[in-house]
Amino acid sequence: MRTLRFLLQKEFLQIFRNKIILRIIVVLPVMQLLILPLAADYEIKNIRISIVDHDRSAYSRQLINNIVASGYFSINDYSAAFEQSFEEFQKDHSDLILEIPARFEADIANQKGSEVLIALNAINGVKASVGSTYLSRIIGAFNADIRFRDLPQPRYPAVAAIEVVPQFWYNPLMKYRVFMVPGILVMLVTAMASFMCALNIVKEKEGGTIEQINVTPIRKYHFILAKLIPFWVIGMFVFTLGLLGVARLVYGIVPVGSLLTLYAFLAVYLVAMLGVGLIISTYSATQQQSMSLAFFFMMIFILMGGLFTPVDSMPEWAQWIARANPVAYFIEVVRLVVLKGSSFYDIRGHFLVITGMALFFNVWAVWNYRKTS
Amino acid sequence: MNREIVIQTERLSKHFGDFVAVNEISFEVYAGEIFGFLGANGAGKTTAMRMLCGLSIPTSGQARIAGYDVYKNTEDIKKNIGYMSQKFSLYEDLTLEENIRFFGGIYGMSSRQIKAKSDALVEKLGMENETKKLVGALPLGWKQKIAFSSAIFHDPKIVFLDEPTGGVDPITRRQFWDLIYEAADRGITVFVTTHYMDEAEYCNRLSMMVDGAIKALDSPANLKEQYRAASMDEVFYEMARGAQRKAD
Amino acid sequence: MKQFLTFVRKEFYHVFRDRKTLLLLFGMPVMQIVLFGFALSNEIKNARVAVYDLANDAASRRIIEKMEGGGKFEMERKAWNREGVEQAFREGKVKMAVVFPAGFDDDLSHLNHAQVQLIADASDPNTANTLVNYASAIIMDYQRERMQAAAIPVPVSTEVRMIYNPELKSVTNFVPGVMALILLLICVLMTSVSIVKEKELGTMEVLLVSPFHPLLVIISKAVPYFFLSLINLTVILILSVTLMGMPIAGSLWLLYGVSSIFIMAALSLGLFISNVTHSQEAAMLISLLGMLIPTLLFTGFMFPIENMPLPLQVISNIVISKWYYIIVKSVMIKGLGLAAVWKETLILVFITVLLLTMSARTFKNRLA
Repeated sequence: MRTLRFLLQKEFLQIFRNKIILRIIVVLPVMQLLILPLAADYEIKNIRISIVDHDRSAYSRQLINNIVASGYFSINDYSAAFEQSFEEFQKDHSDLILEIPARFEADIANQKGSEVLIALNAINGVKASVGSTYLSRIIGAFNADIRFRDLPQPRYPAVAAIEVVPQFWYNPLMKYRVFMVPGILVMLVTAMASFMCALNIVKEKEGGTIEQINVTPIRKYHFILAKLIPFWVIGMFVFTLGLLGVARLVYGIVPVGSLLTLYAFLAVYLVAMLGVGLIISTYSATQQQSMSLAFFFMMIFILMGGLFTPVDSMPEWAQWIARANPVAYFIEVVRLVVLKGSSFYDIRGHFLVITGMALFFNVWAVWNYRKTS
Repeated sequence: MNREIVIQTERLSKHFGDFVAVNEISFEVYAGEIFGFLGANGAGKTTAMRMLCGLSIPTSGQARIAGYDVYKNTEDIKKNIGYMSQKFSLYEDLTLEENIRFFGGIYGMSSRQIKAKSDALVEKLGMENETKKLVGALPLGWKQKIAFSSAIFHDPKIVFLDEPTGGVDPITRRQFWDLIYEAADRGITVFVTTHYMDEAEYCNRLSMMVDGAIKALDSPANLKEQYRAASMDEVFYEMARGAQRKAD
Repeated sequence: MKQFLTFVRKEFYHVFRDRKTLLLLFGMPVMQIVLFGFALSNEIKNARVAVYDLANDAASRRIIEKMEGGGKFEMERKAWNREGVEQAFREGKVKMAVVFPAGFDDDLSHLNHAQVQLIADASDPNTANTLVNYASAIIMDYQRERMQAAAIPVPVSTEVRMIYNPELKSVTNFVPGVMALILLLICVLMTSVSIVKEKELGTMEVLLVSPFHPLLVIISKAVPYFFLSLINLTVILILSVTLMGMPIAGSLWLLYGVSSIFIMAALSLGLFISNVTHSQEAAMLISLLGMLIPTLLFTGFMFPIENMPLPLQVISNIVISKWYYIIVKSVMIKGLGLAAVWKETLILVFITVLLLTMSARTFKNRLA
């Protein structure tokens, strides 16, 4: 125990002496939490539309008015030739082209029916399909409107109507930021803690100081604990700063569930991720190597963690990878506890898995760390 | 001189694949002795020393350090030795005081012991004004004196010095050797590798390593007589001439 | 010139000796292409839905059946109750619940009106919205099926044409993004770290006293990464053409040309970072933690930039990968020529020159 105390004293002295690292610990997460959630917004709005109107009639104007009034679209240009609009489209000035044919009004009035063309820039497939859905809905409403108002009404039997009543739980205002902030926080805590831990150990290897440690009677687990604890504390600090500082003060996110549950999970999770950092450090000889390794795995962890794209949308094999990804568990738990108020009982399964991972990674790291060659 | 044996090796070898870095070396070092371990670069000195410190497991042969076996009791060995290398010994981003407290602490000394001893040490080295400075900011010669002092701070049975005076001016080297003599007087066995032949003359006994094997082992005076040489320099050249391996 | 080549050769040795790093340099693009191409998608499918069917009659069963058919939903049919649904939400086991009130079919047949409740977990608002939309569409479809009064006229029908990516594959969007991301991060990281490493070890001093302009010493460190990046680019292109079936619509020469400019911009950024930091640790943390996420966001391939608040749209302009992404999209997917992307290319050139000047200036200050 005494040995550990002296080791910890040394680690903390070194960390607190390094002003750049300290600044990175405090400033980077705060800055990123302030900026990133504002940027990470999937909600599709402001779809830029080019309108080619060959008819220029009351009906076509009404349709265009309906489109503008919906609030999803902003009109980029209004022309009478498709080529002209297509040029705008090619330059990425507009996302979709709506072409209204000549005789639009006439064909509707004489009940022949008319067809409009919607051309979408589908490079971003999601945006394209959302755009076409919105537009179809507006045209559907336009149809119902005309049918009801202007066309001769035949006597149809009364139509059975199913009313769909949607309820949006946990986030009735549908704020996307509420969803992203906890996830981004997880990513920051993860990247910082495990990455800094890996770098720190390799730094001692590269500088040769580890040799000096290896000829002393310091036990393997003492050394490893002394490296884990400071970064565990830093991880806890960064998380607290993000959750109770930025998330609460700036975004007004107050965890619905118990903080105790959240921190209990965080405590174990950090041990697991620091274990990953340790493993990386045991496999690399230089800081450059450990950085490349850490970068590589961090990329997989983050992309497969369900932060930006939902895990449920992945194919089967990818979901298996996600199941072995500690980050995915923590992102889910943070969202469950913070947004939905899940209790410890609700996340017991996640907790069990992460405890297993923490044990697995650290046993692997200790086993692979050698004092002798 | 008392004849208690503190380092004993028998046909100790280390292979890296096909390469035999250390080839069946056998020698003994007695308590309180200053034992010089000489050889050209690449002769196998460092590998041999790493085995004796418990940093590297031998391929074959036997060795006991302070009575402990290098295969089974590496951790016990570590409690009884000190180690210093030219490459590194101290944390550059800690102060003199903090380094000493750290190394004293991990050898299980009490805080009071550490305090008393480090005050005495600082006074002896004449560095009262430097205790709060980061080690990285001190001149190399000072760093090495501090490194040596912290390597023997916990009064080990043996201290291993790997080219401790590399890159240091002659006056500082002289002062450094005063510290070594003082440690030997206190009964600490000193095991030192060096390139400087004038330093070799300061040792009680010397071993010469060539191509992973020990070519000669005796006191400096006897070696000079044996090779009919006027200085250790000549002895060294005489012996190194037969080497097969290229120096790196 | 001969001296310069000597330096460059030395740098190549450094790079090629470190097999682990090298492996990762090339493993990274492959991994990303595979993940982005096959694993990651914003499209929602197989969402688990709790079926809370109090009616259990022909109408409710038919709707559940229809929902199951589309591949969007995985219907969890068991004896749910209100607490059970809440519990499943809190454990994250379902994303939505659909509730049919008792007597659903009867109401529909006799009163011509019935309600279906869709409870969505809006902690993920995007998914919630999409799921509710999908489900509503299916229910409406059922309604139409039930009416069977085909005689209702449709005044305006639509013809939808998806341009550039008719199958709506997510790769099309991601490949240019991955190119920008990988090239930028690798170049910045590797150059900044390898230069700072020499500073840390003191070998930089040795190079600086050589009779050779110090700035060229630094630039020679960037040369191997320039070539490695071009190889990386080739690997990505080959993968996207063969594995992802994504043809290169525009000129390959133009693509390599602008890529070279982009790589140079990234390398100059790496040089700049190396000049303002003193330890490898700091250089890495800045290049990685400080750049990875902003690049991911501001390049525009994950989140549309035009959705962001105005100040962020302004900020996104200094993220060089954004410009490169626009160029690659135009050249590779739309098949446009230099005439369409000269503006973006000029911006890249300008940023490169700016960064190099800044590097040179900070570098001189350090020597003085």
